[in-house]
Amino acid sequence: MPPAVAPAGRDLRLDLFRGLALWLIFVDHIPQNIVNWLTIRNYGFSDAAEIFVFISGYTAAFVYGRAMRERGFVVASARILKRVWTVYVAHVFIFVIFMAQIAYVTASQDNPLYSEEMRAFDFLQQPGVALLEALILKFQPNFMDVLPLYIVLLLALPLVLLVMLRVPTVALLLSAALYAATQYFNWNLPAYPTGTWFFNPLAWQLIFVFGAWCAVGGSEVVGKAVQSRVALAIAIGFLALAFLIVLTWYFPRYTSLIPKRVQDWMYPIDKNNMDLLRFLHFIALAIVTVHFVPIDWPGLKSRWLRPMILCGQHSLEIFCLGILLSFVGHFVTTEISRSVGIQILISVLGITVMVAVAWLITWYNSIEGRGSGSRPKADLAGGEA
Amino acid sequence: MKFVAGLLIGILTYVGAASAAGDVCAVASHLVHAEAALPHVAKSIASAKTLNVVVMGTTSSTLPGPNGQALAYPARLEAALQKRLPGVTVRVISLAKPRQTAHEMAETFPTVLKELQPALVIWQTGTADAMRGIGAESFQGTLEGAVDKLKESGADVIFMNMQYSPRTDAVISTATYADAIRWVALGHGVNVFDRYGIMRQWSELGTFDLLAATKSLDTAAQVHDCLGRLLADLVIEAASTDPEKKEVTKQ
Repeated sequence: MPPAVAPAGRDLRLDLFRGLALWLIFVDHIPQNIVNWLTIRNYGFSDAAEIFVFISGYTAAFVYGRAMRERGFVVASARILKRVWTVYVAHVFIFVIFMAQIAYVTASQDNPLYSEEMRAFDFLQQPGVALLEALILKFQPNFMDVLPLYIVLLLALPLVLLVMLRVPTVALLLSAALYAATQYFNWNLPAYPTGTWFFNPLAWQLIFVFGAWCAVGGSEVVGKAVQSRVALAIAIGFLALAFLIVLTWYFPRYTSLIPKRVQDWMYPIDKNNMDLLRFLHFIALAIVTVHFVPIDWPGLKSRWLRPMILCGQHSLEIFCLGILLSFVGHFVTTEISRSVGIQILISVLGITVMVAVAWLITWYNSIEGRGSGSRPKADLAGGEA
Repeated sequence: MKFVAGLLIGILTYVGAASAAGDVCAVASHLVHAEAALPHVAKSIASAKTLNVVVMGTTSSTLPGPNGQALAYPARLEAALQKRLPGVTVRVISLAKPRQTAHEMAETFPTVLKELQPALVIWQTGTADAMRGIGAESFQGTLEGAVDKLKESGADVIFMNMQYSPRTDAVISTATYADAIRWVALGHGVNVFDRYGIMRQWSELGTFDLLAATKSLDTAAQVHDCLGRLLADLVIEAASTDPEKKEVTKQ
């Protein structure tokens, strides 16, 4: 969040909101889950993905930026690449579990209504090719598209930091230029079997680099402006407007209240290329959040928010766990019971498991002497997926 | 008790009769409503006493097997429309073919319009594009370009979105394509037949067990029959909507 000026200490808000994003991503990744209605994507343009990528950019720049200042480009890059490797291995691990689940579903189910849709499983007839394409990140099954984005963003991070630490504004401008060019020329990376990446890294890098820019001092530059009453009023106005527009998606009758010219200009609000409206909506959310949740907000120390913060502190592990749990949740809600009660139960259970595992990791780190007290850098780095 | 039971049956029959789509399908009839008029359909019915409908789509507009064609929703739509429009010659021709993208279908429109002279094109699309990884933006562009041309050439359009298919959600992401369909429909005054929402409603209420592992066509045929009848409801409702009035209320 922009005015999060705390280079020395740890900004618990980052952990808190990343934990929240992880919970939301888990819940959203179970299709047909009634709990989805609670998540922010139904009330505005942006969703948990923006929060997650922004905070990832912020923490990555915070941790590796310091490493680059203190130990130099080579050491920092080596650390980043080690991190990339961890994320990659996690991605491949999830892919294997995904394949196992799909193999089960296709072997046991057949229905004449869905002969068309079931062809989407055709890749199983050539599992070798699918595996190969997954290893080079071209094959990204539904909901397995966030980690590939993160891998690409981390790969570019050494170069980004190199510029960022010298002339932060130039780095941000370069990022914005790449974003603009991507929108204009329709650049994207290719996917398997056809098409392009769901999260276009060339577009989504903007919010990652913006997060990084805030972390290396950008938040001090814009801090005053962001904390002003005028900015707050504009942000709240924008959020309210976005909410009303989103309402018309669910009540199409009122769509005609939005002038046609505005609609033509506004739609589609593209998630693949992170539409500018999504970016602005995220910024508005951030401004409002930072205003109501200052860095010394006592609630950050409350035991009620501790579970969310814990999850945010081990984000790569909890993110992967959330994806696996959402596979299980999807399986249960389609194959075993479609009742609303089960959907709520699965969501609550899943989040409970995420919190329990986050707590376990913290406990394990503490007995291994890797607590946040002894190695703050490692701890932060550990929680920056 | 008998009185109460009689009253209940009376109410149920009344409710059943009130919905033209019939009892089983009716639980989803609130999801079917006309957002735009069908002037070409209205004109064709009124002046020519004929109604030619073309269904453009993919495999999900068909059913397998020797009786598949008679059981699939295009044929059921024809039967339902014929019943609702006595004295009008109704023809529904299905041009559904596997794996056709919106773009591939749009390329055939000029020939289709010329040869079959439809007053209405039911355009079922989105699934093939999602599966073949056609970008959602280019998909939307195709729809936008084609819809205006169809209207100019004398055919109304009704979009039909994807089937509700939770099992394949893990591999095909159709939401962006459904949104694209909705946005084009809103922007160009076209009706959407929300097949996804309707089937989801049936699945959630247990009207049909859509996900059972079966080779039998029984449920599939009932589903298509309901789809055809609800689609007929939409056509009739939209065709009797006064386009002038609709415009006025929209302003």
